[in-house]
This record gives sequence, C-alpha cells and structure tokens, in this order.
Amino acid sequence: MLRLTDSEKAMLDGRDGKARQKAMELLVRYAEALGAERFVDTRNVAGVPGSANPFLQRYYAGKDADGLDAIFSYFDLDSDELVDVPDAVVPTFHLQGGADPRNWQTLGVKVEVFRNYEEREAFAARHDVTILKTCTPYLAGNLPAKGEHCAWMESSAVIFANSVLGARTNTEGRESTSAAMLTGKIPDWGLHRAECRYGTHRVDVELPVESVMDWGMLGYFVGDVVQERIPVVIGSFTTPEIVRLKHFGAAASSSGGVEMYHVVGTTPEAESVDMAFGPKQPLERFTYGKSEQRQVYDRLNANASDPNVDYVMLGCPHAALDQLREAAILLEGKRVSTNCNLWIFTSRAVDSEARRLGYVRAINDAGGVVLTDTCSAFAQAIPPGTKVAALDSAKQAHYLPAILGVQAWFGSTRDCIQAAVTGRWNGERP
Amino acid sequence: MTVSATIVLRGRGVVGGRAEGEALVTRETIPGWGGVNPQEGVITETHHELRGKSFKDKVLVFRGAKGSSGWSAMYHTARLAGAAPRALVFNEMTTKVALGAVVMRVPSVTDLDRDPLDLIETGDWVIVDGDLGIVEIQKRT
Repeated sequence: MLRLTDSEKAMLDGRDGKARQKAMELLVRYAEALGAERFVDTRNVAGVPGSANPFLQRYYAGKDADGLDAIFSYFDLDSDELVDVPDAVVPTFHLQGGADPRNWQTLGVKVEVFRNYEEREAFAARHDVTILKTCTPYLAGNLPAKGEHCAWMESSAVIFANSVLGARTNTEGRESTSAAMLTGKIPDWGLHRAECRYGTHRVDVELPVESVMDWGMLGYFVGDVVQERIPVVIGSFTTPEIVRLKHFGAAASSSGGVEMYHVVGTTPEAESVDMAFGPKQPLERFTYGKSEQRQVYDRLNANASDPNVDYVMLGCPHAALDQLREAAILLEGKRVSTNCNLWIFTSRAVDSEARRLGYVRAINDAGGVVLTDTCSAFAQAIPPGTKVAALDSAKQAHYLPAILGVQAWFGSTRDCIQAAVTGRWNGERP
Repeated sequence: MTVSATIVLRGRGVVGGRAEGEALVTRETIPGWGGVNPQEGVITETHHELRGKSFKDKVLVFRGAKGSSGWSAMYHTARLAGAAPRALVFNEMTTKVALGAVVMRVPSVTDLDRDPLDLIETGDWVIVDGDLGIVEIQKRT
C-alpha cells in the first residue's frame, strides 16, 4: 500500500501546479504497479526530457498550443492535458540524443529532423536540464556518490552507477525520469533498498580476464546466464578500471537485464564474497572458462561471414579519453582504407578534451571521424551502403545487426582499427 | 474453434481495466528499444523466439522485460501507433515492465497463483481483469 507524505499529497492535489500534479499522478500509478510503499527523494536525474525522434516529431506536430509543450505533456508525463512545464526542481541531465550537432550531415540526418533535435535540446536547456548528450554521464560531469539515490535511464549507465559507484538507481524510463525532474521523487523499490542489492548468482571466472574485449565477453556471458538478477563475479583480476567495467556492464545489461553486479575485491559493496551475498545464498553457480568464452565470441560473431569490412564503429558506450588516445596511437602512420569508414562516438565533454590534446586531429588525419551525442544504433545511422561492420563493443554487436540488418564482427579495438586500415576482418578467436 | 473448460488464475493487478484477446506466449523476457518495431508492434531482436511476430491486439503472456531503459517509451509509442497489446500477463516485476504497462494503459496482472506460462498457449483466448487481478483462460482445442 503506497503511503504519501504531506508534501507529496500536496503535489498530487495540484498545489504546486498542474505539471507537477501530472508528474505525481504518473509516479503514483508507477509506484502502485511496482507495489512500492513509498517514494524516495532524489537530486540526481538522468533522462531524455522532451526529446523526440522523427515518429514523435510527426505524431505531435501541430499539437502545441498557447506556448505549451505537447511532447512533454502528453508523452513524458503521459498526461491527457497540455501543461505549462516548469524548470527542473532537482539537478537533471540529458543523456544521448539523435545527432551530432557538428557532424549531423555525416550521419545522414535530414535537415528538418536536425532542426527539430536542436529545438528539443533548447527546450530541455530552457528548463535547466544539463545537456550532457551521452550514455556515459559518469565520464562527463555527473558522478553520483556511494549511497546517493538517483533516477537514471540508460542501462549501461545504471549498471555502472549501482555497481562501480555504489549509487542507487533502478533502470528508469523516459516518463519516470521526466516526472522525477519535476518532483524530486522516485519509487522506493528494488535497488534503492539495501536488501535488494545483495548478489543472487555466483560466477567463478577460471581464466584471465584482462583486455576491454575480455571484459565485454565476460559481461555478455554473465547477462545471458543471470538475466535480470545480481551476479557476484569471482576471479583473480589485475586492476579492472573504468573502461573495462564500462564494457562489462554494457554487455551484461544487453544480453540480459542486469542492473547491478559485484566483482569481489573491486566493487564497493563486495569487499568479500560474504559481503556481496549478505544474508543470501547463491541461487545458482556458473563457471566461466575457455569454452564459455569461445561460445560468447562465436555468438557475438554469429551473423558475420563476409571478411570485407565497410564500417568500423568504436565508442559504445561513449569512448573515454583514454580510448580516443588509444585509437589515435593505433592509427599513427596509417590511413583508413578507401573502402571503409571509421566512426568513433563520444560525449561532448570528452570530445572537447580530446581536441585540446590533439587526439581528434590525429584520428581525422588518418581518415577517421569522431562524433558526439549519439551512436549508430541509437541514431540508426551507418555510412551509406554498409553491409559489414566491425565493433569492439558486445553491446553494439548485440543491437546493431537487429536494428540495421548488417553483418557485425566483434573483436578487440586493435582488430577493429586493423580492419579499418585494411578493409578486411582478421580478428583472432580467443 | 471449440472452447473447453475455463481456467482461472488469481494474482495482483498492475494496471486496472478489463480486456480480452488471443494469447501470444513466450518464456523469454521481452526486449524494448533495439529489439522491437513499435510502429508495427513486431519483435525484431536477432535471437528472440518471437522474432517477426506481432503483439498488436494480442494478450501478451511473458516472463518479464529486458534490455534497454527505452522499454517504456517503445511500448508507449506502440500505443500511439495503435500497435500495443490488449493486455499483459507476466511473471517477473521490474521497473521496465511496470512503467511500460502504466504508459501502455492496458490491463495487466502479475504474481499469479499458478504459472501462466505453463497454462496459457499461443492462440488461447484470455480475459484479463486488472482491477480484480484475475486471468481467465479459455483453451483452444
């Protein structure tokens, strides 16, 4: 039974205005659907408030009235009435969008669609939403503290926030984050509660997991076997760091719905196996060895057969500064093949730093392009005529063939850069 | 089609209202963004057992939701496009499926006293009462 505080009741009664009332109505419907008993306060919201893909742009065209915003009213708040949208009441951050503001033509975005993206971004900015335009807010200026209650979208960011940072968020959606932006409330359910954060499944890793590719494959395996539960990963790892854990989490939240994991000895709620499981016993135990690793590799490469690579995409999730540096170094003295395109996606924040450091120029000089805000899967944008892609992200390899019907090779960053230079896939099976 | 005995399951209503239709059943979790075409109401994920199948106007009976945080927005879009299911019956509660059910505005029930995946087959006629938390199954014979 959902219980509301007096201030929550006041919002629901409309005393803080129509928009906050509609936001609270939506949150109440959502909390009741979950079976939540209360709300928790949040001051850290990451979503896509007021954004619109071409379908929503067409659907809501001409429905704004009296200066009121149809998309935010009807879609974000799922309201049947147009409302006057106030500014965000808590710090709110915009995740990835549909086009790079500098290279939108490279992505094949039509001018009228791009103008509309610009208008939607201006709408969010007018309402005090910080425009990060990235799936990696934790690399671009929003780094929640351990224990901080957040309302975040973007499965790869949610799993990072919970697992690596020890912040608390469920995988929220478009509508719940926009409602949280106007209320500072989110249902106190699931990963907001300490008792729901313990591990449920044990994964023993019996081989060295070192490279970004290794961590991506392990993540893809773990997500597949535990689905939406909480894996406790046990093995002897040499200093996992941000980029590896970014790829691990993105993969685990694509092959399954993992929103939180523990790596014993590495992540903050897993100093020991006992701490990771707390009062719980593992429901199941899995082993990850050479044969499991090979199965993952084969599955990720299952739909690829043509070795002639047209397109290499890096930066899923958005590249960290060090990954742009790595790409620049791997491209030194080389050129991207005339039969191939190399696109690397990152956030505006990392892009701006990488420009200062000369990495973007080095990548451009070799024939590659650095893009911001989006990615091929999200923008549904690949170079014209692409039939075969090469990727260093298990997450992108999961989504891109399904979304755009291309073949996709999966391998290391080095394999991918090599493919961009030669136009041929020569990746090595582990 | 002849109708045999009716089976009644009791659980918890997630979204209120009453609807009925032909069942589309999967033991797998269902993808959102990146695995579904919301305008057509079709599952597109590469490895999914329902790949190419439409959930439009069906009673969707499934394990739960998976994947992207764009789950609710995809099924919300399906509602706008007239391609949403008529009702949901599912086993595993997550924020994705809860919010998706809410914005789809279709009667939805979970926490049933017997496993709907054991009792409902694709093609059965299913009545979902989200106010009472009841699912009624008319087996296709």
